[in-house]
Amino acid sequence: MSTHDHSTLAATRPDFAAIAAWIPLGASVLDLGCGDGSLLRYLQGTSKVQGYGVEISDDNIVACIRNQVNVIQGDLESGLSGFESNAFDYVILSQTLQATRHTEPLMQEMLRVGREGIVSFPNFGYWRNRMDILQGNMPVSEVLPYQWYDTPNVHLCTLHDFETFCHDNKMTILDRRVMTGDSEIKLLPNLLGSTAVYRFKRAV
Amino acid sequence: MPSYELVYETYGTLNQDKSNAVLVCHALSGHHHVAGYYADDPKNIGWWDTMVGPGKPIDTEKFFVIGLNNLGGCHGSTGPMSINPKTGKPYGASFPVVTVEDWVESQARLADQLGIDQFAAIIGGSLGGMQALQWSLAHPERVRHVLAIASAPRLTAQNIAFNDVARNAILTDPNFYGGDYYEHGVVPTRGLRLARMLGHITYLSNDAMADKFGRGLRSDKYSYSYDIDFEIESYLRYQGDKFAAYFDANTYLLMTKALDYFDPAREYDDDLNKAFAVARANFLVVSFTTDWRFAPERSRTIVKSLLHNRLKVSYAEITSTHGHDSFLMQHTHYHNVMRAYFDNIASEFTA
Repeated sequence: MSTHDHSTLAATRPDFAAIAAWIPLGASVLDLGCGDGSLLRYLQGTSKVQGYGVEISDDNIVACIRNQVNVIQGDLESGLSGFESNAFDYVILSQTLQATRHTEPLMQEMLRVGREGIVSFPNFGYWRNRMDILQGNMPVSEVLPYQWYDTPNVHLCTLHDFETFCHDNKMTILDRRVMTGDSEIKLLPNLLGSTAVYRFKRAV
Repeated sequence: MPSYELVYETYGTLNQDKSNAVLVCHALSGHHHVAGYYADDPKNIGWWDTMVGPGKPIDTEKFFVIGLNNLGGCHGSTGPMSINPKTGKPYGASFPVVTVEDWVESQARLADQLGIDQFAAIIGGSLGGMQALQWSLAHPERVRHVLAIASAPRLTAQNIAFNDVARNAILTDPNFYGGDYYEHGVVPTRGLRLARMLGHITYLSNDAMADKFGRGLRSDKYSYSYDIDFEIESYLRYQGDKFAAYFDANTYLLMTKALDYFDPAREYDDDLNKAFAVARANFLVVSFTTDWRFAPERSRTIVKSLLHNRLKVSYAEITSTHGHDSFLMQHTHYHNVMRAYFDNIASEFTA
């Protein structure tokens, strides 16, 4: 994979670069809901990861194989029983959390199968979303591109919500990157950030 | 056995560094004629012609594809029907029971003969998939990609049970003569026919059978006799007759026994993870949703052990209505998966 591909992908998906920055060379990675395998392909280039993806869609299985990414066809909603405990250094759920139905058991499963979990999701607390709601409409944006009636997103949350969830489920947040477009947001992230990426592990 | 012959067919051209060879392992009733047809026999189309050929998923313009008839077969390789040079009579009952492991060793000798040190890929469906898996264990350095389609790491009790009913149909046929029926000038057709009818039921799904035949009748009313009433009866009898006319009963026994015995985990305290510890190949595992003879669960067991050993593996679970037979059928998504995977393999040696 060329450097050109890396920079193009990092520009379209700024969370990719944030995730890559956390993953050491040669780590083992499981990417849940891996789509066409773009993230794993990116991480194979940047971090030489031993990567596997999990996907349910037939088209994405073919796309992953074309992208030379290992992919296992399966349904996240029925758990990760096909994977042994502590099998991976990192289990990633990139822009998929909000579309999962059984979100709580899936988060637990991530930390059974992986040493650490990485999750990225659109921040529902982003000020533009709040403005839309104030004006009486469901937010539709680049990060939340769906209409209320066709959205796969059933579990949207804010940064505060996610952090409370981790705390209540005995998960320790190790790192957080909040972004709007490709710029990092440090000030008032729950208001000014449109996307968040978290790295977390089981609390001891 | 002091000597044996294997019949094989090849398609495409072996490249300069002999890096583009693909071995296709056949299942219970398969043989060496994998693809295409013969100039003097245009109706005899290979059993996997949908998959193998110019421009097909296993593209013979890129790959050198080898199909063979396994040892013990009845399509030209040495088998129970062949003349034992020591006695001048067919081997019959004296033909040894051969295993998947034996087949892989004989296939390795064929590869030696052809000067192929390492296959780009070894692929098979069902019992053929077991041979492909066995290659990765017995000769890990001789195969880069293993494709196990609609296969299993070992049969379940239910699966062995089906095989044993099939074998009993043959063994109890009065024309079987303990396996030496050739010298009596007869064939245990009834047994072989029943065996195939039973097998055929298990290769189809309930839904596929319901869709194709339902309760359809051959005529518009019941006969109130034991003649054929339903379309499914007619179909199964036809399939049984067709098969019994060309297949050898001893080969059928031998093939089903090879299926039953295959169990690479057995010598590792039933730990398949340990069995795959020696494997080095990259894997593609494919199953079909309605296949209850080699169910997706069995393929997922293979995948789990490959993951345990950090081997490269992809797994596709194809939505198909055709049961175990799906692996032989034309299916757009299935073929897209295969094509994508084989394109990657091709890019490794053309690059």
